[in-house]
Amino acid sequence: MADYDLQSEAGRHDALRRMVTIRAFDEEAGDRFADGEIPGFVHLYIGEEAVGVGTCAALDPDDYIASTHRGHGHCIAKGLDPKYMMAELYGKADGYCNGKGGSMHIADVDEGMLGANGIVGAGPPMATGAALSIDYQDRDQVAVGFLGDGAVAQGQVHEAVNIAATWDLPAIFVIENNHYGEGTPVEDQHNVDTLSDTAQAYDIPGVTVDGMDVTAVEEAVAKARERARAGDGPSIVEAETYRYRGHYEGDEEPYRDDAEIERWQERDPIESFKDRLIDRGELTEDEFDDLQAEVEAEIDAAVEFALDADDPTPEQAYEDMFAEMPPEIDRFATAARTDGGESGGDRR
Amino acid sequence: MTALADTELETETEELTVREAIRQAMREELRRDEDVFLIGEDIGVFGGVLEVTGDLYEEFGSERIKDTPISEAGFMGAATGAAATGTRPVVELMFSDFAGVAMEQIMNQMAKMRYMFGGKAEMPVTVRTTEGGGMGAASQHSGTIHSWIAHFPGLHAVAPGTPAAAKGLTKAAIRSNDPVFVFENKMIYEQKGQVPTDEDFTIPLGEAAVEREGEDVTVVATQRLVGESLQTAEGMADDVDVEVIDPRSLYPLDTETIVESVRKTGRLIVADESPLSYGTHAEIVARVQEEAFFSLDAPIQRVGTPDTHMPFSPPLEQEVLPTGEDVRNAIGRVT
Repeated sequence: MADYDLQSEAGRHDALRRMVTIRAFDEEAGDRFADGEIPGFVHLYIGEEAVGVGTCAALDPDDYIASTHRGHGHCIAKGLDPKYMMAELYGKADGYCNGKGGSMHIADVDEGMLGANGIVGAGPPMATGAALSIDYQDRDQVAVGFLGDGAVAQGQVHEAVNIAATWDLPAIFVIENNHYGEGTPVEDQHNVDTLSDTAQAYDIPGVTVDGMDVTAVEEAVAKARERARAGDGPSIVEAETYRYRGHYEGDEEPYRDDAEIERWQERDPIESFKDRLIDRGELTEDEFDDLQAEVEAEIDAAVEFALDADDPTPEQAYEDMFAEMPPEIDRFATAARTDGGESGGDRR
Repeated sequence: MTALADTELETETEELTVREAIRQAMREELRRDEDVFLIGEDIGVFGGVLEVTGDLYEEFGSERIKDTPISEAGFMGAATGAAATGTRPVVELMFSDFAGVAMEQIMNQMAKMRYMFGGKAEMPVTVRTTEGGGMGAASQHSGTIHSWIAHFPGLHAVAPGTPAAAKGLTKAAIRSNDPVFVFENKMIYEQKGQVPTDEDFTIPLGEAAVEREGEDVTVVATQRLVGESLQTAEGMADDVDVEVIDPRSLYPLDTETIVESVRKTGRLIVADESPLSYGTHAEIVARVQEEAFFSLDAPIQRVGTPDTHMPFSPPLEQEVLPTGEDVRNAIGRVT
């Protein structure tokens, strides 16, 4: 079983908490980035929480996911710890990748998280590969490849889906259609109106669901997972969603207006799920306020942890290139230093 | 097992071609480790377009010898994902020129994952591919691209010039927990030589071989040019005593063996089929001048493809392909 699902009241609470955690994490990350504390650039998941959480609610803990450049939500949905995520965003030694990856490369392969990815469309081949390992070793797992609407136009996505479909691999491709590929509207990037229609080219199931509804996403992915585990091959699940923030923080968003954003916010995935739980008598407003306060405290603690964590040592820049290090890296690292090191050159 | 027994095992050899040696390496590793599988285009029943996988399909079947769609990016990416999740894929990239199609997967995923993830990803993947001109295959099937891969951080590159090196390096590549590219020159598949029969015979990455000892000039040669340089050396033996070194591994590179030789001879020729600008030759030259500048008695010479693509027409192809004769001329210039 998953460590949370939507079949039980406790599981629904957990899913809600994860969505709230994602939003709080990304709001904090956006603020800290604006303050200049977080280097590089960040892509926030705010507005899309139901897709990551709905997908991971349908998975077992040892299933794999391959993420995108907008990966914070996937990480939290999969169960990664915001503390080590935040430390990674800050470039600290205690981050998931010891500060070598940052926002776009958070990964924890042992937890089934095959990495956020800075290359649009790179997740599906990774998922096909993980599904290949699962299939080859007869393991009872599946691999999810997340991709955005923009990535549907990438050649490697087609190749990955075609291989998985041809070999009946246990993969699921989840298209997060947030309606913009960076700054270009989805209709200006694809000739099909419905991105899941691309599934027809591979003779696999393709469905489009409301990506603002965590239960709709969960149901579709659960069905895809069942098919995958039965050895019948992959599926495409398109979740229609919306990112409230720009492509990246600092995006001036000349391509859309506030009215459009507000229309989507009326169907906010967290608010709507919260309201449903209240209607069902599973949650009160007070309980939700408490949950939010707890999550905010957790995120504050994550920031504190990140701020207090040590920077990586300079030597760590030379580590982790290979399982077995070749002499070159040490040689060049030493030669590049002021004393010239042992390989400072021939002496007359 | 005692050291003596090891030595005895290593000295037991059989005659194989380069093609047979690579196939035997794969056969032994497939038998040894169930996590190893082969993946590529037409490597199963077809036996590989240059017949390297040959009859492996008969022994191991389609589960372990996987024919892919014509999707270099797709299967390179799938192999990368598979290597990160518990298996050990051996990819056949039919011609090295096709790396262009798969370069995103090679450079941004395979090469970077371990580092970007702070060491928390394994990447035990081997990529075998063919290089080189000489069979009229024209520009898109004759390239020599190993300098790209050797240049790119996070990847290993090996390029055997003899059957023994072909077997030992292929086995070492498959056993390595890092990505290793094995560059097979397609003109030497039929070249014969003695190959150790020991199933644990491997050649560690980063170990060059002195194929011929000499006192006057060092020739560092790769792939097809190893054999041609040895012939050239024999032909010139009355006039000049040539040492021939096959680096075998391009990254890591056995700088020490090359430098030691140059300190002795004072003269160096670097012969490699890749285009001359910004590549393998330049790297070897740079390392030698760093370590043995004051031992040099003559300018270092480079033998390679003169920055053209490989043309189709045989007379044109022969014009640009570096050969043993070019090595002879280079030796003549410095002795």
